[in-house]
Amino acid sequence: MPIGDMLLRSVDDTQINTVFPKTFEEYNKWDKQKDELPPEEVFKALFEELAYGDKIQVGRALTRMNYSKSGWKSLIKKTSRAIKKAVKKNEFPESYKDFLIDANENWADPTFWYAMGQMVNKQTPIYYYNAIDMTYDQDQNVVRQEENRRVYVQTWIKTLKVSVYVTFFCLILGFPVAHLLANLPLRYSNLLMIFVLLPFWTSLLVRTTAWIVMLQQQGVINGVLVWLGILGDDGRLSMVYNETGTLIAMTQILLPFMILPLYSVMRVIPKSHMRAAQNLGAKPAMAFWKVYLPQTIPGMSAGGLLVFVLAIGYFITPELVGGKDGKLIGSWIAYHLKTTLNWGLCAALGAILLGVMLIFYWLYNKIVGIDNIKLG
Amino acid sequence: MALPSYASPVQRTYYYLYLFFCGVVFFFLVAPLIAIVPISFSVSPFMVFTDEMLQWPPNPDAWSLRWYQNMIGNCSADVVSSTVPCSNKWMIGTVNSFFIGFTSTFIATTLGTMAALGLSRPHMPYKGLIMAILISPMIVPLIITAAGMFFFYARVNLVYTFTGVILAHVALATPFVVITVTATLVGFDMNMVKASQSLGAKPMRTFFKVIMPLILPGIISGALFAFITSFDEVVIVMFMASLDQLTIPKQMWAGIRQEISPVILCMATCLVALSIFLLTTVELLRRRSEKLRGIKAR
Repeated sequence: MPIGDMLLRSVDDTQINTVFPKTFEEYNKWDKQKDELPPEEVFKALFEELAYGDKIQVGRALTRMNYSKSGWKSLIKKTSRAIKKAVKKNEFPESYKDFLIDANENWADPTFWYAMGQMVNKQTPIYYYNAIDMTYDQDQNVVRQEENRRVYVQTWIKTLKVSVYVTFFCLILGFPVAHLLANLPLRYSNLLMIFVLLPFWTSLLVRTTAWIVMLQQQGVINGVLVWLGILGDDGRLSMVYNETGTLIAMTQILLPFMILPLYSVMRVIPKSHMRAAQNLGAKPAMAFWKVYLPQTIPGMSAGGLLVFVLAIGYFITPELVGGKDGKLIGSWIAYHLKTTLNWGLCAALGAILLGVMLIFYWLYNKIVGIDNIKLG
Repeated sequence: MALPSYASPVQRTYYYLYLFFCGVVFFFLVAPLIAIVPISFSVSPFMVFTDEMLQWPPNPDAWSLRWYQNMIGNCSADVVSSTVPCSNKWMIGTVNSFFIGFTSTFIATTLGTMAALGLSRPHMPYKGLIMAILISPMIVPLIITAAGMFFFYARVNLVYTFTGVILAHVALATPFVVITVTATLVGFDMNMVKASQSLGAKPMRTFFKVIMPLILPGIISGALFAFITSFDEVVIVMFMASLDQLTIPKQMWAGIRQEISPVILCMATCLVALSIFLLTTVELLRRRSEKLRGIKAR
């Protein structure tokens, strides 16, 4: 339900339509010749709606208008000041068009009028375009954002990259450990399992803090390296507040999610298979590659997808450990939700993320089945 | 998995390399958690090992409980330092966290158990769909759930209230209960329900006297999962709770962002202790449940 609401939110454009209903109605009647200004009626409707509109609602609409083309906010603000003054003195202009252009010459600029075209519908895809660094140009074509305003495509790529790396590292580190756990006698493996489950149960923030302590310039790892003489005192590595830190911390945090599914798959692979293969003349490496590995594929795909899906939506760890350039898409969603209050864009980013997620979720369901999730 | 006696030297080398690699990974998993414990007892206001702390025999001047005193809001002169403010925020956060945790655990456990009971009936229609919807908060990234909930709660005026936070946590925690209880119900003999009803017990009585005692381990471990989910949760609290509604994770988040102080590590140490306690409880419960259901531990 809340997710459905978010999806609606991402295309919602009704607010501005409640503020300028008449203007938009007149606007739609206009036949939009190039480089021409709309007819007198549009100006008149706009004048009236600015004169008698609710101040807070207009303010909100302005924020929305600025997403389409910067400059709207100051334009409307200046104009409505002039209009209010005129209304107070009870001076109604003869030509609303001239009055508005008089108040601010930008009204004679057709590009603003074209930009208005994006807002007249109750639904808009603009937030989705913004979320992938696209915007409208004056003729309602979808074009790429100016160079210095492109941030999201980069972030999407970075998010995917980090997720793939984290999944890969988790697989490399998790596979041998799961193999060891699955093949040891239960007495020992239960004991070693604590090493996997303890981080799993520990608070995310505790683990993130712990990694900051470990990785910072004066931190434990650098301390040990300097003490061992591998690094000079001034050559301390900076491993935190950048992408390295994010990768290391996220790998450790998500590793249990890889080990647990792998373990549950490996537990049921009979040991006799490897022996049989070797008996038939396969070298150990060959036997592993041809006999053992294919049987662990369900576990690998389950763990891999679980880790990938969790990593792609990660927010806390990259935000704290990642520093400035470690921001992932989750951070932007939070930023728009809390700071800029651009909820439409926030919802669009979330919806795209959800779409990516659903694809992977569907794959997961196909390969292993949703009922196979195990919690240690 | 020992090495066979006929293994060649190359195989031996590989085997020991493999063991070493596993050891390194285990170390990687727990080392950060262990490293923070001694630092939380340090005198220094920075989160580092000082030279004094590494001396042997231990130097009593290097160790102190001052940050723990700071954490419980005991702001005497030797606790306050120029970089580390002292307030009772941590204690307020603890109280709030436990309150939110217990309330949402209670609701989530009740709802989750009922859902699991319904879902494990053989003739339940739309089983897969309902299960998928129930589990979705576990799979969908938290940030999306949080954003969606924020928009939705903003419409019904639940943002910035405890009720909103608790309801959101219930939604997050219920899947864990559903999964654990469903797992316990796998070995449950439904004939017992029929037997109890044929002897005249009403459904409620059947539940409390027959079903509940048998699936109790599952319910409790589900509840513990629910509790840790809610207790740990920071994203929703950050969006949904107002500024003065502190919880431990929120306070830690703020702490990491603004003042990096050892007080955070004190709280972290306490949380590690709590998670060890919960881990042990769940493990014991699991064994008991297997015994109750007659599954022999292998």
